[in-house]
Amino acid sequence: MMRESFIATTTELLDEDPRTALVLADISAESFAPARHRHPERVLNVGIREQLMASVAGGLALTGMRPYLHSYAPFAVDRAYEQLKLDLGHQDAGAVVVTIGGSYDASEEGYTHQSPGDVALLDTLEGWTIHVPGHHDEVPDMLRDAARHDDRVYVRLGVQENSRAHRDAGRLQALRRGKALVVAVGPMLDPVLEATTGLDVTVAYTNRPRPFDAEGLRALAGREVVLVEPYLAGTSAAAVSAALEGLPHRVLHLGVGRTEVRRYGSWRDHARAHGLDAPGLRASIVDFLG
Amino acid sequence: MHFNLQPIPMTATAVLPDQLGPLLHRITGDEKHAPSAHSTLDVLWVLYDRVLRISPETVDAPDRDRFLLSKGHGPAAYYAVLAAKGFFPERWLDDLGGWDSPLGHHPDRVRIPGVEVGTGSLGHGLGLGVGVALGLRAQGYSRTRTFVLLGDAELDEGSNHEGIAYAAATRLPITAIVIDNQSSTHGWPGGIAARFPGWDTSVVNGRDRDRLERVLEPRHDRPNLIVATVERKGS
Repeated sequence: MMRESFIATTTELLDEDPRTALVLADISAESFAPARHRHPERVLNVGIREQLMASVAGGLALTGMRPYLHSYAPFAVDRAYEQLKLDLGHQDAGAVVVTIGGSYDASEEGYTHQSPGDVALLDTLEGWTIHVPGHHDEVPDMLRDAARHDDRVYVRLGVQENSRAHRDAGRLQALRRGKALVVAVGPMLDPVLEATTGLDVTVAYTNRPRPFDAEGLRALAGREVVLVEPYLAGTSAAAVSAALEGLPHRVLHLGVGRTEVRRYGSWRDHARAHGLDAPGLRASIVDFLG
Repeated sequence: MHFNLQPIPMTATAVLPDQLGPLLHRITGDEKHAPSAHSTLDVLWVLYDRVLRISPETVDAPDRDRFLLSKGHGPAAYYAVLAAKGFFPERWLDDLGGWDSPLGHHPDRVRIPGVEVGTGSLGHGLGLGVGVALGLRAQGYSRTRTFVLLGDAELDEGSNHEGIAYAAATRLPITAIVIDNQSSTHGWPGGIAARFPGWDTSVVNGRDRDRLERVLEPRHDRPNLIVATVERKGS
């Protein structure tokens, strides 16, 4: 559903704004065929060449265009990391990188098509705004906002979705009030709400983990903070630690484990294996809060 | 397609405009080596003196010609030519790599007027150049040209070959210049031009400025490769 949202909104942007360009590396090319037919010089499919996809985006940006690029996260980020670092960042150029296949969404494809480390990799670079939508209705605003400036933006589309959308959730939104704070990023919200039923906790939601809402975290945090992210566990540890500097606190970071799960199955199977389903989260959170 | 795989006879040390020699000495502090020690010097001079539609006044003009130095290693000749053409003050040449210097051992586009891309890590300029050419084409700047300069050893990087194939497939009007000083460790048996299928190609003496001008000046309606052969590195 998020992917369909991306295709519809980006197609509209291509129709509305001549500055918009889309660079593909075969993935989703079929879905953009109508847009490509209307805008052959701005919808570019470079073939299975992800390094080139990122470099081309950098070159387009240097001529004043606003490039969107798209592939599986392992190819767009892990594989083309140096192109993102140098052909965008070092050139002081921007682009909107929209990925699918983060973490274990491509569960049946295996580890070659998975990227639990995409956000952590981008965290090593300067100036990336990172969106992790939890619902397909959160996607269009993210893509449209990104069309209005030239900064570097990452939009991480996933197959797991919450039951309802929370728009304007760049800053932390408190959805439930209690003692300890549990922060859910993107699609982790529904499992967190289920996992914390009956617990005395505040549940706060964000779908824009970078730049991290440090002010919001300080305002909501008590002594105990749990962060639940749909990518590598601890990715936000530095951001949380910096936000809570000087405040006595205990933190638990939950997310995707580092150990490769050499199994296929569904994303639900992998969520369970990483303790990111509701029962797994509840066990970890209860154990932490004591 | 034109393949010229014959060895190119080298001319004696090229005569340079008087101004470049002293500028190079200011950068390198090296009085012993002739300017011809710089493999890219003649190509750069011909580009900036005779071919490119760019000047210090037009560094931000959207329809300016673009020159991307992909081979960011050894940019002394590039800096000397840019200084000679007035893109930045000659005194900048005296503190290469210094804390207060805009000029590093690899160029930074954010620091140096007229530099289109910051390079150093090899294999990035051609992909960026393909994107620049596509962006210019999409915006209707049909008279604006894009040039990328690479080294023969730089072609070892696989990323180049992504750009080479895609430029050919899309008949992209871009000119790549490969300075061949035979510095690639395993070489290119069969010739460099053979690695650019679907491109117009020519192989010329990289020290012969009139010949360089003749191959750089014409526009092509598909990608164009110029292999500029110079003395073997270290010879």
